[in-house]
This record gives sequence, C-alpha cells and structure tokens, in this order.
Amino acid sequence: MDNELLINIGFFVIPLALGYFFGKWNEARHYKSILRRENELRAVMVFAARHIPDDVDVDFSGLVSGSAVISVDYFKTFLANLRGIFGGTVSSYETLLERARREAILRMKQNAKDWDANVIFNVRLETCPVFASGQNNTSRSVEVMAYGTALKTQYFKT
Amino acid sequence: MIISNIEIIPGKKVKEHFGLVHGNTVQSKHLGTDFLAGIKNIFGGELKGYTELLETSRKEALDRMIQEATHLGADAIVNVRFSTSSIAAGAAEILVYGSAVKLEDRADG
Repeated sequence: MDNELLINIGFFVIPLALGYFFGKWNEARHYKSILRRENELRAVMVFAARHIPDDVDVDFSGLVSGSAVISVDYFKTFLANLRGIFGGTVSSYETLLERARREAILRMKQNAKDWDANVIFNVRLETCPVFASGQNNTSRSVEVMAYGTALKTQYFKT
Repeated sequence: MIISNIEIIPGKKVKEHFGLVHGNTVQSKHLGTDFLAGIKNIFGGELKGYTELLETSRKEALDRMIQEATHLGADAIVNVRFSTSSIAAGAAEILVYGSAVKLEDRADG
C-alpha cells in the first residue's frame, strides 16, 4: 500500500472516528443538561394555543424568544449521506433537530423566567439551515428559534 | 412598548391601527467563527458563535421595528412574526414584522 492512499484513508477515517466519539459524548452531555433544565423550568407552562382565556388577570405580557444553533458531527454526516442512497428515516439528523428544538424552547422558558412570567402562549418554532461559507449548499448545522408571548398571571397557579 | 405575537393584549383594547411595521438585518459571520464552525462540524455540538450572532441580529431587527413603530406613535406591536433565511453562504437575513397599534385600557378591566 503506498503512502498516498494511506493518507487519504486517514483523512476520512480520523474525522469519522473523532466525530463518532466526540459526537456521542457531546450528545449524551447535551441530553443530560436538557433533562436537568427541563425539570428546573417545569413551572413555566408553554402553550401553542393563541387564545388567551378572557378572564385572565395579567401583570406582564411580552415577547420572549430563545434560539440555538447545533452542528452535526462528521459521523452523522456520513450516516446521513449513506441514508441518502437508500432513502428512509435519517435518525441521526432527527436527534440533532430534536436537541436544537428542545434547547431553543428551554432558552425561551429561561427568558420568560427572567421576566418573572409563568406562562407562554402562541409558541412558534422556526427552523433554518445555517450555511457556512465554503460549504456549497450543504448545510451542516441548523438553527431553531422558539418564540411566544409570555404572561405573568396568577390564573394558572395551582 | 408592548410586543406580542398574539393579536390581543389581555386587559387592553386597540384604539388605533398603524399598519405593518418591520425590521430586518443581514448578518455575516467573520472568518474566525466560520473556521471554528468547520471544526465543530467534525465534533458536533452547539455553535455558540452563530447562536450569539443570530441573537444579536434578531435584537437589532426588533429594535428597528420598534423604532419604526415609535415613529408612527404606536405603543404596542401585535402579531409579531420572525423569519430567517440564508440568502447566501455565510450570510443570513433576519426579518421581523408585526402590526403597530395604540392601546387603551379596557373599561371592563
């Protein structure tokens, strides 16, 4: 085997291995942090409904938002490319989007909590691929933004 | 200035409509963040630089919208929507729009 081939294989295998281990580690750590913060912010209620009950007493109302840009790792890109040949569910990207979405919602909740609000109405989720320059039409990261109207009210207190 | 993405503000009613107001920004990343993003694409994880950049440009777009509404004499913007589009590699446009209104307290509270 000549050296050139070995180097070429190295350029492919090393990022793949790095992506696999660090990506896995990153994802596990992120999920742990998401679960912990979701527990902490359980007091903030989130509704996708746009109608606020008429008899609500409101001390505060305002727009809150949160966003996160999450990048895939090299291993996931590879898996997704493989999937692209056969078609079907790209589960490696599903977890990516789910993480981004949950992170964005958490940040929105934190934003609401900073305002002392306890309910968020009319939550909308916005997803957008992020292109880095030099990557021609292949987006490797995704931005998710969550926004809604936060209310501070006694109405929902149990 | 009250901003909401619902058409009504609880306890208030709309006195006057001023129509659509909007604000936009087009932002691009500097090479440093781009380079770091390239590395992150191998390891995976959050791109903090991009998150912050998009957050600040969103704030900027909101500020521009609020400025326009203030100029019209409104004290609230309702039905606000955000929209993001990647117009080119390395640049993104943030658009935020809503209806500017003037509010007054509802008599029945």
